[in-house]
Amino acid sequence: MSVTGGAGRPGLEKTPTGIHGLDEITGGGLPKGRPTLVCGAAGCGKTLLAMEFLVRGATEFGEPGVFFAFEETAGELAQNVRSLGFDLDALAAQNRVSLEHIRVERTEIEEAGDFDLEGLFIRLGLAIDTVRAKRVVLDTLETLFGGFDNQAILRSELRRLFRWLKDRGVTAVITAERGDGSLTRQGLEEYVSDCVILLDHRVTDQVSTRRLRVVKYRGTAHGTNEYPFLIDESGFSVLPLTSLGLDHPASTERVSTGIPRLDAMLGSGVFRGTSVLLSGTAGTGKSSIAAHLADAACRRGERCLYYSFEESPAQILRNMRSIGLDLGPWVATKQLRFITTRPTLFGLEMHLAAMHKHVREFDPALVVIDPISNFATAGTAGEANAMLLRLVDFLKARGTTAVFVSLTSGGGTLEATEQQISSLIDTWILLRDIELGGERNRGLYVLKSRGTAHSNQIREFVLTDLGVELRDVYVGPEGVLTGSMRAAQEAREQAAAEERKQAIATRRREVERRRAAVEAQIATLRAGFVTDEAELEHLIAAEEAADRQLRDDRAAMARNRRADANEPEPTAPGRPGGAA
Amino acid sequence: MNTADNTPATPDPDAGTWELRLYVAGKTPKSVTAFENLKKMCEQHLPGRYRIEVVDLIENPRLAKEDEIVAIPTLVRKLPDPIRRVIGDLSNVEKTLVGLQLRPAAQGW
Repeated sequence: MSVTGGAGRPGLEKTPTGIHGLDEITGGGLPKGRPTLVCGAAGCGKTLLAMEFLVRGATEFGEPGVFFAFEETAGELAQNVRSLGFDLDALAAQNRVSLEHIRVERTEIEEAGDFDLEGLFIRLGLAIDTVRAKRVVLDTLETLFGGFDNQAILRSELRRLFRWLKDRGVTAVITAERGDGSLTRQGLEEYVSDCVILLDHRVTDQVSTRRLRVVKYRGTAHGTNEYPFLIDESGFSVLPLTSLGLDHPASTERVSTGIPRLDAMLGSGVFRGTSVLLSGTAGTGKSSIAAHLADAACRRGERCLYYSFEESPAQILRNMRSIGLDLGPWVATKQLRFITTRPTLFGLEMHLAAMHKHVREFDPALVVIDPISNFATAGTAGEANAMLLRLVDFLKARGTTAVFVSLTSGGGTLEATEQQISSLIDTWILLRDIELGGERNRGLYVLKSRGTAHSNQIREFVLTDLGVELRDVYVGPEGVLTGSMRAAQEAREQAAAEERKQAIATRRREVERRRAAVEAQIATLRAGFVTDEAELEHLIAAEEAADRQLRDDRAAMARNRRADANEPEPTAPGRPGGAA
Repeated sequence: MNTADNTPATPDPDAGTWELRLYVAGKTPKSVTAFENLKKMCEQHLPGRYRIEVVDLIENPRLAKEDEIVAIPTLVRKLPDPIRRVIGDLSNVEKTLVGLQLRPAAQGW
């Protein structure tokens, strides 16, 4: 019968399960009109998966369903799934779901001869006809093996049952317990050959993780990985975490970090939708910078999701208030949401799954994870790395800016994170202690920032009452100067500047003095000259007067010698009149 | 194919008539065999104080749910209490008698 599976046929019709993620992995749902086997160990969620498939079919896809429970009574089942918001009683009253308990009590039954399971077929047929079911769940069919001695009959009857279900054209989910070395305890997988889904509930280092894997899906391409899944108040959700490619859009929009100086170092902020790593040793102010980023996002009117794995929201709020950053109002406006759990509370996959869910629900523009270092405690370093990779991919695909805070241990190189995620990170801001002159101070530099001409400077950053402030550091002969040594250096420089100012002023005064001296000299000389000039003028005037006198005397003399009139009159220059 | 034989003669510690119900699904060879085997057994062990009701689930499918029938044929001893069930075509007489708790009682006689 498995030949009819039609391997490789492209147009295999599928029935959507309505279970988040499962339809994505299977490329649309379960094979329509065929049975699907869901197997797994006790308590891994088989019944729930089957139930959700049925309820979603009835409520979301208009496909009524029949649930045959071999282990629990209808009342118990309805009660069990009520916590997930499934109201089976109401659905049954509306004839959209039929719930039936098949009781097979070994001790009450004696087998005497040949039999078949026609009674089950009749009941199933009646139930299907009553609600016009398109979906059928048999949970857990294998219980029948405990109810009857004659396994040969049972096997042939089950074979007939699956054939019959196919003939009825219903999409069936059959659950089965996982066996040792085989998918199911009774080898049901040999009857159900179209689709087999394996659920797993593993506990590693006391941390449990639920996983789902599509073992087989005839005639269709499907994700073959193990996908973590969650069971919570909204039901089942599978996370197709690794189905992502590297095709996320790259935004050119820059978002502020909330620290103007840091923005400047990064060339006006970080690109939206990129990942930012803040790493550093203990007490270097990583969380403070992360809080600034969160605050800046909220100021822009965006939503921010803040995962805190070490501090309670109240503690963060209090601590940030001490540096003048009040995140309280953002919490009140529901722009900022804190999620605080211990990393060891559940497995990495569950963390990731929960984060996916939160991000999908809250739709933040910024996600802060403080710190990522603790994830290694919830799994191995390799697992933590894989998980963060998926998280980065997921957030990037959504265009959500991610801020990861990583604590580096003191001994190692600062330029290494324990999670080995540096290659995933677009902007890496490294915070470090600078220990000098008997004090520790905080230094900050941008180790890398993809697509940005970023500053190569180390800045000292100071936590003030008004938030984080970045200052220049002094590079002296002994290296970088920070803190009080920076202050001392500043003072020294100020003193030197003062001295220089004094010197300049002195020079300036000297010049003035010299100028005054020179000018005084000039004045003296000029005064001397004026005296001389006057004297000389006087002498000149006297000479001239004498000269004139002489000429006048000569003229007078000549006049007196008029007798000698024959004598040619000597011409005296300067005497225009002459004697007439 | 309801059959009722009743002879209230012999007094019995088990008191009164045995009410047996045989669930079948159509007239299949198995159901016919079962009915014949049952009849033979009753004649032998409960002469005159049994009543066999044959229920065909093809005709009355609702009864399958109400009476919690899975295997066919199923023989249910409704009286005397408690309810006992035997499945199969009853070709294994020994097991049928044990199932109906006729064996210990028969030894008592």
